[in-house]
This record gives sequence, C-alpha cells and structure tokens, in this order.
Amino acid sequence: MSGNHPGLSNNFSRSGEKFSWSKDNLRSIKNIISKYPKGREQSAVMPLLYLAQEQNNNWISIECIETIAETLNMPKIRVTEVASFYSMYNTRPVGENLVQICRTSPCWLRGSNKITKTICKETKCEINDTSDDNKFTVVEVECLGACSNGPMIQINNDFFEDLDEESTKKIIDNIKEGKPNVIGSQKGRRSSENA
Amino acid sequence: MSLVLKKVGEVQKMLNEKDKVFKNLHGFQEPFLEGALKRGSWSNTKEILSKDQNDIIELVKSSQLRGRGGAGFSTGLKWSFMPKNTGKQHYLVVNADESEPGTCKDREIIRNDPHTLVEGCLIASYAIQATKCYIYIRGEYHYEYVQLEKAIEEAYERGFIGKNACGSGFDFDLYVHRGAGAYICGEETALLESLEGKKGQPRLKPPFPAGVGLYGMPTTINNVESIAVVPTILKRGPDWFKSIGAENNTGTKIFCISGNVNKPCTIEEEMGIPLKELVEKHCDGVEGGWDNLKAIVPGGSSTPMLPKNICESVLMNFDDLKANGSGLGTAGVIVVNKNNDIAEVIERFAHFYKHESCGQCTPCREGTGWMHRMMQRLVRGEISPEQIELLENVTKQVEGHTICALGDAAAWPIQGLIKNFKSELISKYNKKLKAS
Repeated sequence: MSGNHPGLSNNFSRSGEKFSWSKDNLRSIKNIISKYPKGREQSAVMPLLYLAQEQNNNWISIECIETIAETLNMPKIRVTEVASFYSMYNTRPVGENLVQICRTSPCWLRGSNKITKTICKETKCEINDTSDDNKFTVVEVECLGACSNGPMIQINNDFFEDLDEESTKKIIDNIKEGKPNVIGSQKGRRSSENA
Repeated sequence: MSLVLKKVGEVQKMLNEKDKVFKNLHGFQEPFLEGALKRGSWSNTKEILSKDQNDIIELVKSSQLRGRGGAGFSTGLKWSFMPKNTGKQHYLVVNADESEPGTCKDREIIRNDPHTLVEGCLIASYAIQATKCYIYIRGEYHYEYVQLEKAIEEAYERGFIGKNACGSGFDFDLYVHRGAGAYICGEETALLESLEGKKGQPRLKPPFPAGVGLYGMPTTINNVESIAVVPTILKRGPDWFKSIGAENNTGTKIFCISGNVNKPCTIEEEMGIPLKELVEKHCDGVEGGWDNLKAIVPGGSSTPMLPKNICESVLMNFDDLKANGSGLGTAGVIVVNKNNDIAEVIERFAHFYKHESCGQCTPCREGTGWMHRMMQRLVRGEISPEQIELLENVTKQVEGHTICALGDAAAWPIQGLIKNFKSELISKYNKKLKAS
C-alpha cells in the first residue's frame, strides 16, 4: 500500500473490530489522567493515543478514536483532530518496523540520500510503502534531532546514528534475521562526543 | 561588585573543564542519581529553597543568563513577569520539544545528566511560585523520555521532589508530557495548546503566558538548557557565571555542530567562542579544509547563513552574531562545504517549514508551500533574476505577518541565501538557459 506518510494522512479507517483497553492500559490510564488537573482530562488525549497505537499494532483506527473519546468524555472530532495533526499517530496500518529516514539538511549533507537508497533496496520498499511481508514501512521524515550524529534513522522507538551504507544494510539484515541491533551510533561513539 | 566583564568581541580563552556545567554531557559517567550526586546535583538545594523567591530571581537576573531556546531573552527577567501571591495555580513548563534542524543539545542533557534538569525545575518552580511543572519532550525522543522518567522517579523516592521537597516545606510535582512529531509545538503557546490536549496551534499574544498560560493560569515556559544551568549558577554564584563569556552574553553554552565537518559533535564551550575555533578545534575542521568552506548556518535552520569571510572572525554569542546579520538561535551550527549545493540546503529547510506550518495563518500556510516550490525550481536553475527578486519579496510578505515566528523562520534562510549568493543563483539560471 502506498500513498503519503501514514502519520500525515487524514483518512482514518475502521479496523472492523471493537477496540477496548487492555487491563494494563486501564491501569496506566488512571495514572496518566492523575497528572492533569480535575476537569482537564482532555490533556491526556496524546498519551492515550500513544497507548491505543501501541495496543493496536502501531496505528490508530476509528475504533481507537471512539474508545479514547469515550474514556476522556471528549467529542470524537476533537480526538480525530489531534490524531491527524501530529505525525507520530499513524492513520493506517504500518509494517512491524516503521523505518523513518531523516531527510533534513544536516543529515542530507552527510549522505542521507545514500541511506534512503540502501534502505529502499534492502527492504524492497519505495518511500511510504510497506513491504509485502509486512516487515517494513519506509518513510522520509523531517529533522529527528540527532544532527551531530547524522545521517540517522529511527526504527520504531530506536535511533540509529552515524550511518553509512554498510551499517545501514547490516541493521536491516539483522531485523530480517531476527537478530538484535545495537542502538545509537554505528561508529562506536558513546553519544555525540568528538571521536 | 568589582567584577569587570569582557566586552563582546574580546578574544576569549577555551573553557576550563571545571567550569563546565554539564560534566556528563557525553554519557561516559553514570547518568542517574548515583553519578549526579558525585557531580554536585542536589547539594545545597534545601539552602537555595530557603532563600526568598525574589532573591533567587534577582540572582538569576544578575547572572545575565539569556534563554537558550532561541530568542535569548533574559531568564531572570522572564521569571519576574510572573504575578506574585495570586492564590492561583502557577505552572512552570519546560520546553524539551527540541526540533530545530541542527539542534541536539537538550537531548544530551536529558539522557546523560537528567538530574541537572530535575533540580533546575524544582528551583525555578519555587522562584515563580509554581507547585507544578510539566516537561514537554518531543515524541521522537523515546529513549530520552525513559531516562528522564527514571530520574524523576529517583528524585521522588529520595524526597528531593514531591511533598516537602528536600525538606524545604515546598510541595512540588513534576510531570513529563510527550509530544508527537510537530515542530510547531516548540513555540511556547502552541506547546501549551498541545499540553491541553489540542492541536498545536499558537495563540495570539497578548495575553502572555505569564498572565494567562496553561489552563488559563500564570505560566513560565523555559528551554531545557536554561533551566538545567540554574542550579549551578545559584551554587557557584552569578559572578562565576558572568566571568565566562562577555557582557550580556555570559556563561557556558552547548553547541551542536553538524554537516560538513570531519568530526561533528556536541560540546559545551564558553559563550562567544570564535566560530572558526569551534569548527577547527572541536570538529577537526571542515571536510576538505577551511578553504573548502562555503557557508555556515550558525544557530539552527531559522538563522540566516554566514558566508566564509564572516565565519573567519565572528564570535558565537547573541550580540556578535546579530551584528553580523544572523543570530545565535539554538546554537545548532550547520557547516556547508563547496561539495554541496548551498541552494539545496535551503530548499530542504523550505521543505521542512512547509511540512511543519500549522496552517493557521494564511501567509505562512500558503507562503511556505509557494516558497518551497520556488526553491525547488531555483535548485534546478529555473528561476530568472526577476523571479529571484520576486521570491525575496514574498519572503518579506510572510515575515512578520503571522501569529508566531514560524513564518519568519521560513523566510530568513531564503533571505540569507539570496543576500549572500545571488550572483551564483543567477549564473545557475544563465547556465541552464544556455544548455537548453
């Protein structure tokens, strides 16, 4: 399936199954709402969207939105608005590994184009595509805030930094083979020290 | 006070190791409480909290600390705008939505030295009579969020924050709120909207957040670095802070250098270090040597670029960069060498702003898209000298005509490009014309 970035589309769809919170998430929700003042439960909409996305295989369906609206006693349209405004809420299903490639100038100056090419080749995906085996969705994104470690990518929650074509291929290969990856710098830097 | 401050422009020495505020910026030591206590966090905190709130604000004011988030406004002065003894809930909100291209400093503070921030939140909140503080961290920083939550948990467990924080009698709660991939939420009022569970669209000012902020209550919003240096300033004294840097440009500063340098890095240095020294000494120089330098963007994507001749001598502080037609911004230094097309660097920034415009104000919503399309054509050498002038003119129509500064931020890099490299852009067009 292609189109635009799954986080930027405003076309929400139904999964066809009712979405109800897991027991663990029900407990987390109580805790989250307690962070905000009484009567300001709407503040919890972003954390709840994260929870729903995590529980729902990394995307937000209309059913998720309905459940959140009910939990927070908010109009559905307000939840929809927030889910569509922020790019980290995926409005359609994505692959097991959401690969986000930083394309902004600092990473581009250090060769992010080559990283994009390598990733597309190794995952057999075009930008905004999901691979046939549903292992990967590949997108290009704006600055991810690790500029001294560019070029870099984010796969689900993890940053992979100081990349070149070889280390990028290795990361994708490891995912395919179910092997663990080292997160952070791929050149052995601790963080962003001069080394 | 007999302290004589250096004038902006005086040559400065390299920062001493002992004067660094962030002793674990690169994460070689234990990031959490055990390491933080050794580094001096949470020492004398109770004593600081026994001071009068106005005295703390005065001390921060006299240190001449200027906000590290981009605008460079006096932190102490900002705090003094908070109303006193209103009986209302006051809030401190810390802006950790670091998303300005070229900037990755707060990330290092949060993941490697989070207790500097947690302690800073407590002290700053006390000073502005806020018993609650939210840290708004960008969604992509998941690892940093986990680190920060752990540090906060430790601080609660040890009684440093929470009820009767540090035994001072001051009750204080600290929460983390994750953003979800919107650059605009780094704008302070958009951030408040987002915290309230809405789309992150900036509010019209006035009213200013100090009067009507989060949930309509008095609120101060500060950058992570500004808050995280406060404990050290109060412990070592404003005079110590002022002895580093120059007048009105005091203290240490974290610089992030990216792009075409041999060793990109993030480093804490003296405010006002010469740009050339920063690049040559800390990053092992420009890729292909200093003579291969094309231009440098000194303070994150929004600040206009500086051509090589200015880079030779400019100092990395608020006033000297301003005098040279740019700004310190977030101190995200992006180096561009001659192997890259400078127009494409700016085209990518234009794409960024188009993508991140919140869509609220017409000049920005329409302008960023139009400017980006023109920049794409400019990269291909398809716009004529007249059209370059038109583009420059349109950037000035966007600038200053929007609720927040995103419109300005989108306009400045293009203006900087045209100002410094106009003849090159024109010859690009002529070359293309000849070829066709």
